[in-house]
Amino acid sequence: MIAAEADKPTIKPQGDKSVIKLKDITRIYKVGVERIHALDGISLELKENEYVAVMGASGSGKSTLMNVLGCLDRATSGYYGLDGQDTTKLSDAALARVRNERIGFVFQSFELLSQLTAIKNVEMPLIYSRNGWRSRRKRAQSVLERVGLSDRIKHKPNQLSGGEKQRVAIARALVCGPSILLADEPTGNLDSKTSESIMELFDKLHQEGQTIIIVTHEEFVAHHAERIIHMKDGRIFSDMPSNRKKANETEMYHEEQGRAS
Amino acid sequence: MRFIMRAIIGFFRLFYQSVFLSLSQIWANKTRSILTTIGIVIGVASVTAVIAALSGLKAKILTQVETLGSNTIFIQPKRPDTGPLQHAPWWSIRFLPEQFDGMLEHCPSVKRFGRQTWAGSQTVSFREKSVENVSIRGIEPDCHKIESRPVMLGRPLSVIDEMQVRQVCLIDPKLRNDLRLDRDCIGQPILIGHNTFYIIGVLEPRPESLFGGGDQERSEIFIPFKTSFKLQRYLYIGVLAESKSAEVSEDARAEISFFLRRTRNIKPGEPDNFEVMSLQNLLDMFNKMALIVTMVASGIVGISLLVGGVGIMNIMLVTVSERTREIGLRKAVGAKKSAILTQFLIESVVLCFVGGLVGIGFGQLLTTGIANIPKVELDMAYIPLWAIGISFGFSGAVGIFFGMFPAIKAARLDPIEALRHE
Repeated sequence: MIAAEADKPTIKPQGDKSVIKLKDITRIYKVGVERIHALDGISLELKENEYVAVMGASGSGKSTLMNVLGCLDRATSGYYGLDGQDTTKLSDAALARVRNERIGFVFQSFELLSQLTAIKNVEMPLIYSRNGWRSRRKRAQSVLERVGLSDRIKHKPNQLSGGEKQRVAIARALVCGPSILLADEPTGNLDSKTSESIMELFDKLHQEGQTIIIVTHEEFVAHHAERIIHMKDGRIFSDMPSNRKKANETEMYHEEQGRAS
Repeated sequence: MRFIMRAIIGFFRLFYQSVFLSLSQIWANKTRSILTTIGIVIGVASVTAVIAALSGLKAKILTQVETLGSNTIFIQPKRPDTGPLQHAPWWSIRFLPEQFDGMLEHCPSVKRFGRQTWAGSQTVSFREKSVENVSIRGIEPDCHKIESRPVMLGRPLSVIDEMQVRQVCLIDPKLRNDLRLDRDCIGQPILIGHNTFYIIGVLEPRPESLFGGGDQERSEIFIPFKTSFKLQRYLYIGVLAESKSAEVSEDARAEISFFLRRTRNIKPGEPDNFEVMSLQNLLDMFNKMALIVTMVASGIVGISLLVGGVGIMNIMLVTVSERTREIGLRKAVGAKKSAILTQFLIESVVLCFVGGLVGIGFGQLLTTGIANIPKVELDMAYIPLWAIGISFGFSGAVGIFFGMFPAIKAARLDPIEALRHE
């Protein structure tokens, strides 16, 4: 089923199916006697194929939100539904499975395993997956093609440029056909030109129907997204469509107008 | 059922991946791996070499027993472990020939027995040729039948030689060659010391012997028991006996002891000043000794495995902390605790197995070395299959035992913390 999804990435899903639903999520760290509210009552809904950027100063809770969304961390209280499933009551093993099947992580520092080739790195999540084992080579290959690296399959990370490394990491995040792609500062370690090409890749994936959340503090990255969420002190400070979305909508409006006339 | 199948399949995938991954890790950190596994290598090499040596010795003894016959009983003087005779001079507890007179009548389980003397080493000469340091043994005719040394030329010693105290002798082929005697040397006179003896027969060369043997290089001459007292007035006497069957060999030993205590005037309560040993006894003694050697060796091996294991644990802890980010990543992409645990456990077991394999290789080298040392009766040394099995078993166990703590540590890592690790 998941494989089928991964094999047909170009079909853009229609409708307003909710992927992520957060209700009053809090995450409280105890440091000594002090209680730090890293997340302080976050409510949020993400529809399928949304393209969201989360912004905020350091300490605003965006990393914590990212960890909670990625099921790496548990909320102290509140409801977190992923694909309509309540994740707050799942066991550690079940959460590992959720991360494996529904969430793709992209990190700032790529986190590729240096002793493995690009394709082995991409295959890695399928080792832990229930039904990805047999077709792993094929799936890894097709997903590497998708990110435009089909000629770098046998290269090890130290033979790849920064942008190529990040592409491998994105391929690895996509290989299990996740519901959401979570990227934490994906361009933080790249120069501006490479950053732009990586962002274009994200745009392309979005167009193919991928739901994407990018955590960043760079404006130009955020402006690739269609919705920008600003965070401050563990709360959502603002949540609005980006200029690009508006531009797109105007464009579409004009197109429709043009077609109508 | 389906769940169990899935778990098994999942384990095998992980197993397959982990084995390859850990082999590549070992290869990538060659120096470290060698240093780490050296304890295991030494442990396994020494245990296999010791087992090989003991197995070889045992095989040797068993073939020996086959040629000697398991009914053979050796009787010789021995200082008691307790009592006033503990430090008695050997001379005072020597056997006297008459102490054995009438033994067959009093010991119904004994088939036959023969006294023998060791008349020391003499220079033997024939015409101008002489050979020094030839061991002279006086034997009664029955000794021939107990200790199977077939006569290949001439005749064995007879009762008549004994009764008439004839100066006749049996020689071995080596001495015949050394003295440049004819092939058919029967009837030739040779000088033993200053006494002329006539050769009546040539014995087959001595089979390699572990007991009462002396070394292979020395030649032997056999003369009648009584005649040996002509060469030397006082001689040490030992006795070979044979029980009627292997089943009654213990009875025979008891009867001989009882008989000797009377003829040697040992009062009730006093300890024996002689020992009666059957081949079975010797085998038992060997097994006891082998057990002690095995235990001492396993102690040493245990210590070296322990040290090796601590080394493994140490290096696995280093590996876990070096690869913290990898662990975090694996967890982030969906590895369960059990998967991480299995991966690191397999890695430490593979490391130990590699050590075990190298250890067995070294053990084989050592065994070949031992087997080729001349004059040491270990040429039959070999590594039995079960020893290889045990070596692998132990290295695996060490891997699991000492790999468990680092693996648990890895499995418990928090993915967020791990990914932040520098």
